[in-house]
Amino acid sequence: MWAWLGAVLQNDWAQNGIAVLVVVALLWAIVRAGREPLWAEAYRRLRRNRVAMISLAVVSLYGIIAVADSIGWRDDKNAPRKTIIDRVFERPQERYYSYPLAATTFGEPKPRPLLAPGKHLLGTDSVGDDIFYRTLKGCRTALIIGGFTSLLVTPLALLFGLRAGDFGKRVVDVIPSVSPVVDYVIEFVYTLQASSPEILLLNALLLVLGPGLLNLCLALGITSWVGLCRLTRGETLKHRDREYVRAARALGASHSRILLRHILPNLMPVVIISVTLSFSGLVLSEAILSYLGIGVEPGVGSWGNMIDSARLELAREPIIWWNLASASTALFILVLAFNIFGDALRDAIDPRLRSS
Amino acid sequence: MLRYVLRRIAYAVPILVGVSLLTFFLFYAVYTPEQMARKNLSTKNPTPAQIEEWVKEHGYDKSRSEQFSKHMKELLLLRFGKSDATKQDIWERIRAGVGPSSYIASLIFVCSIITSISLALVAAYFRGTYLDLWITFLCVLMMSIVYMVYIIAGQYVFGKILKLSPLGGWRGGLDAARFVILPMIIGVIYGLGSTVRLYRTFMLDEMNQDYVRTARAKGIGERGVLLRHVLKNAAIPILTSSVAVIPSLLLGSLLLEQFFGIPGLGSLTVDAINSQDFAVVRAMVFLGTVLYIVGLILTDISYALVDPRVRLE
Repeated sequence: MWAWLGAVLQNDWAQNGIAVLVVVALLWAIVRAGREPLWAEAYRRLRRNRVAMISLAVVSLYGIIAVADSIGWRDDKNAPRKTIIDRVFERPQERYYSYPLAATTFGEPKPRPLLAPGKHLLGTDSVGDDIFYRTLKGCRTALIIGGFTSLLVTPLALLFGLRAGDFGKRVVDVIPSVSPVVDYVIEFVYTLQASSPEILLLNALLLVLGPGLLNLCLALGITSWVGLCRLTRGETLKHRDREYVRAARALGASHSRILLRHILPNLMPVVIISVTLSFSGLVLSEAILSYLGIGVEPGVGSWGNMIDSARLELAREPIIWWNLASASTALFILVLAFNIFGDALRDAIDPRLRSS
Repeated sequence: MLRYVLRRIAYAVPILVGVSLLTFFLFYAVYTPEQMARKNLSTKNPTPAQIEEWVKEHGYDKSRSEQFSKHMKELLLLRFGKSDATKQDIWERIRAGVGPSSYIASLIFVCSIITSISLALVAAYFRGTYLDLWITFLCVLMMSIVYMVYIIAGQYVFGKILKLSPLGGWRGGLDAARFVILPMIIGVIYGLGSTVRLYRTFMLDEMNQDYVRTARAKGIGERGVLLRHVLKNAAIPILTSSVAVIPSLLLGSLLLEQFFGIPGLGSLTVDAINSQDFAVVRAMVFLGTVLYIVGLILTDISYALVDPRVRLE
């Protein structure tokens, strides 16, 4: 289904280009936002919150690892493509489990010396792969799942939410190109989506689409747009009768102009808060779905896959804890940092939304 | 009231038809019958005759329109047919699995509501103090841990080190309690983080209302205000956020049942995923949707029953 897209994404330069593009776009958006009074004020409040700044630093660190894992090149034409992370952190493959920083294998009757003694920071797993390296490889997958899905969902949910909110009270000047039938279809799809349990729908979608990073983003996007759409709809309804909208209408602004140029910018803070807060949920879903075997492919580094392969290791004698511990700690720190940062961002942008 | 309920049920019909359309498109249009047969046949290189036989046996050989009408009839009459992988009757397996699933899920539901409300009350009573801060922080911490880690750690600590309960398994009757206790505790702890935080917000929202000030002015103590006034009013959002899931309790929990080897609907679904059993997943999605819609209708009704200000007509 995604063969052509996959072929493009397999291209070395496309991969490097996308990584650079994402970083540039992110920096540009932050600089642009810093110039606007609302965001500058929010940033000033955020900077005073030390815990939030630490979380931001943690998230940035994960981001840097993910970008370093996306930029790579080949040593010669036939060599495999190696990313910066591969070049720095890849260790020779050992034969079996080994304890963190150990010199011999672990859990065998006769421990054998390792190829890289003392260099496996977090030990090795059952096939001898370095755990620290595998954990680092999971960063990229997690951030792509969270980021790309949000990128897919946000415009769609905004568009539908704006339409649905606008549709809530019959207005005279409907955008001519969008007929009421489309509105009804949107409403129907929206209700349909909202009425099937998320996890079962995800299962069905992924079972049919098959595992894979893109399919996972697509499936998570399909199941998660409704929440944002509902939020946008509610906010649109709230703003529709405000004075500034009436003023714009009195000045002769067209319907679509009011929606896109006047209401939409006012929704942005709420939308950005909601996207940030849902990010951690997406990362957790990735781990659960990969664990169930319908997330990313087995070869792709993912914390869910690592937890899956580690689930029986605690039952061994002597126990092997480092595989499970490093994957779940990496996941936990990223999700926690995102949760704390999201809460702080909400308080900074709109102190009235504060939960306490 | 009756008219409203009937209207809501009538609204549910197009939704159900839409869901069965969606599942039809997903499961019949994306793969050809031959691909499905290849996925399900255990031999590595099935002969064309084997494939044909499988396709015929599972009814994938008929024309699209015939398949479509059969699919709709099956789903709407809850006749799910045979499993693609094991050839068992799906309805039989669902009936066998509902018991264990709903047993555990409803226990978890009741216990977690009671614990969450009590903890949220504590947080609201001590609002603004360090205790409240720590409860909130602990909630965020607990929300950030993935479900599998709770289960694996719980099995390890309670089952393997302390040997307080079996690691997994199931037995009917009174003996079930022994197998239920550990999954139940883990399920309750897992949900605690997000629900306590949510309920605390509900309660603090009520704290700023005028009636609370009036109650205080009348000289009612802090505890009285919380338990007699705030709790009653905070029950409305708590109710609306929890009634919707009650019918879905029948479906159980995917991860919990799979880890503990509980023969419920959750592990049925996980097995179906692992064996690419489209027929079972199809049935489960539809069943889940039906139950969820029932939950939404129940939510609206209970909303009107609890809050006299809400009128349904």
